[in-house]
Amino acid sequence: MSLPAPLIEMRGITKHFGAVKANEAVDLSVAPGEILGLLGENGAGKTTLMNVLFGAYAPDAGEILIQGQKVRITSSADALAAGIGMVHQHFHLAPRLTVLENLLIGIPGKTGRIDRAGGLARLAEIGRQHGLTLDPDLPVSALSVGEQQRLEIVKALFRGARLLILDEPTAVLAPSEVDGLFSALRSMAAQGLGIIFISHKLNEVRALTHRCTVLRHGRVAGRVDDPANTTSSEMATLMCGHEIVPPARGPSTPGADVLTLDGISTSKHSGTPLRDVSLAVRTGEILGIAGVSGNGQRALAEVISGTRVPDAGQMTIAGQKVSRFSPREVQALGLGRIPEDRMTTGLVTNLPLADSMVLPRIGTTAFSSKGLLKPDAIRAFAEAQIKAYDIRCPGPMTRAGALSGGNLQKALLARELAFDPKVLIVSQPTRGLDIGAARFIHEKFLAMRAKGCGIVVIGEDLEELLVLCDRIAVMYEGRIVGTLDSADATIARLGLMMTGAEGHS
Amino acid sequence: MFRLEVRTSTPAWFNLALPLLAIGATLVLCSGLIALAGAGVLEAYGVMFTASLGDSYAITETMVRAAPMIFTGLAVAVAFRAKFWNIGAEGQLLAGAVASCFVGAIPMPGPLAMVLMAMAGAAAGAAVALVPATLRVKFKVDDVVSSLLLNSVIYYALMALIEGPWKDSFSGYPISPPIEDSANFPVLLEGTRLHLGVVVALLTAPLIWFLIVRTTLGFRIRVTGENPEAARYGGINVERVLISTALLSGTLAGLAGVGEVGGVHFQVMSDISPGYGYSGIVVAMLARLNPLGVVPAAIFLAAVMTGAEAMSRATGVPAFLSDVIQGTALLAMLVALLFTAYRIRRVGAAR
Repeated sequence: MSLPAPLIEMRGITKHFGAVKANEAVDLSVAPGEILGLLGENGAGKTTLMNVLFGAYAPDAGEILIQGQKVRITSSADALAAGIGMVHQHFHLAPRLTVLENLLIGIPGKTGRIDRAGGLARLAEIGRQHGLTLDPDLPVSALSVGEQQRLEIVKALFRGARLLILDEPTAVLAPSEVDGLFSALRSMAAQGLGIIFISHKLNEVRALTHRCTVLRHGRVAGRVDDPANTTSSEMATLMCGHEIVPPARGPSTPGADVLTLDGISTSKHSGTPLRDVSLAVRTGEILGIAGVSGNGQRALAEVISGTRVPDAGQMTIAGQKVSRFSPREVQALGLGRIPEDRMTTGLVTNLPLADSMVLPRIGTTAFSSKGLLKPDAIRAFAEAQIKAYDIRCPGPMTRAGALSGGNLQKALLARELAFDPKVLIVSQPTRGLDIGAARFIHEKFLAMRAKGCGIVVIGEDLEELLVLCDRIAVMYEGRIVGTLDSADATIARLGLMMTGAEGHS
Repeated sequence: MFRLEVRTSTPAWFNLALPLLAIGATLVLCSGLIALAGAGVLEAYGVMFTASLGDSYAITETMVRAAPMIFTGLAVAVAFRAKFWNIGAEGQLLAGAVASCFVGAIPMPGPLAMVLMAMAGAAAGAAVALVPATLRVKFKVDDVVSSLLLNSVIYYALMALIEGPWKDSFSGYPISPPIEDSANFPVLLEGTRLHLGVVVALLTAPLIWFLIVRTTLGFRIRVTGENPEAARYGGINVERVLISTALLSGTLAGLAGVGEVGGVHFQVMSDISPGYGYSGIVVAMLARLNPLGVVPAAIFLAAVMTGAEAMSRATGVPAFLSDVIQGTALLAMLVALLFTAYRIRRVGAAR
């Protein structure tokens, strides 16, 4: 074999949390110059495995070898010293310090002084080598998300990382930024760095990685030696244990308008306000709202969800005029709502899952009467939904925060769909979810559509919108610039409209 | 070497184990001070125990002291559940005491007087608590600071009253005139000070537990405290919940003052509360904000207070040890709470 000795090797890593086997005898290795894809559904054990490698968790069994030497990594400092750098999904940067200062945090200079000149030189060198240029004197708060990620990568290289772990790095990037990231990663690999690339997006994994390790239920489910020539569906089958077929959207039979907005405008809030937005959703159809993030989608979701009162305009739900724009009012009129941010807006992570599942309707007779809770009804409801939606958790009294993203999204879906909404508004329904969970969510939407529910999907993933929606409206700077039937819509055409060009339907 | 690792779940027995652990650590830590004062540690703790829980009279004295701390402990527990940081139970207690004393001094049939005293004291406490809550809801003023500083305002207003217009003209001391004899709370055991208010305090704890765990208001308080954004999205009027919580919390603290006036002192003086409002914070934390846990936690602190005086007389250790124990218990509990979120793992045990 001409393969070089592995840069890093994990052997038989096992880590249990109580009864949950997060990792079970996992083997993984990365050679110098190799980009390894680490695949797996949410909860498959990818993050745990990387946390073991980075010293956040002590494994129950197994060993880590770096260039054939057995090492013990018990802290991130150990990991850095061993040449392992990690770029987390959530960045670890000091926003008020400059790029250079962030780079120099924790790096002792000679006689306690900060080696500014040396830092600048290293930064320039890394920038030249891999195309990772950054202005050293800008504060981090002034950087875009893509630049912050670049800084995290540079930080790892700065500390002499020979192995770089990236946890879902493309989730926060625009398509053009992804290309830049990939060429930098290829350049680093060409210089002999090992890279572990964690992602859900199979087309990216196929484009970038040399080899893949697939985890399922904490174990290695398989390895892919030639990702470029392996189909996405083959990989998805390895990840899920069964084949994944995209859901088929049959012809729609739309009926009367079930949600209408007429001349809605907002002001006086952070983010882009709405300007004279009018739209209508009919029963039995799915309307997508496309747009580059930050073009008023948040305000639109808030107005429809009843958490923001518009300055002007009218809204009707199932023919009834909305007057107070309160969560309780829109809910009572038959609107189901799934928020964009599951953890902060949707759920109460420190309380039992059952509490989150009944939260929006706690005052209704289903769960309380005369100010007294009905604990049995609450529990029974949560148990029934956990079963119906296959929400993986020990039970309704589990802390909501202990669930994975996909299961949380199922719980939020269950809490709305159980009440047969006439209209449903969802934002970024599958962000951060793996294929299996996303597929499940899509199926549920299509089933609701078949039952005559009108659905509004606000999303940034155009491919998802094209698969799911009957019509797609495009937002730009707080306005709807046009609406296309999805039969006439292409990514190119939508993309053009997203930059403000008028749609001609 | 040891290190902390994030816990994914917290076992239920921690609710009992952590306070006991904290109390144990406190007693160990404070034994050093006892030794420093030249007394035997076991002897000193022994005297404390006998004097506070050793016989039935001692127990009634401890219960009389525990009653106001049950009320203030409940007041703090309810407030902290909603993350309304009410550090003002002391001031609310004093306001409750003043209001109930005013009412109690008016001649009227005893039972009516007691009911009206309780209502006046509760209303006064609630009114005081409304101030920091309103400032927070309307103007985003930090409730820790405003509720804490309000304690001094109330205290010196009380002093001004009893030094001035409300001074008892009969005795000439800076104390208020006494309440009517008929308004004195009935004593339940002949020869002790165990009054009706103690029983009311003991009954209030399960009532508040029920409110927190089984009512929609309690649900809204819990959800608002844990995640106001999700609460608002879910249709809960977060501002209204905070105001309701403040009113409830202030009511409970005010009732602590009512009990002191109606059952113990029968008038208002400057030292009517030896910091029962602040002790309520310790009680609530030891109880992990569980209203049922407030009762044993309050009894523990009351026993320390009662016992400390006897210990001081018998061994010469200053009675201030009681304050040190309280403070240490709070710190120990805060440290112990770390274990609900983290576990300690030994690293370096290589195989």
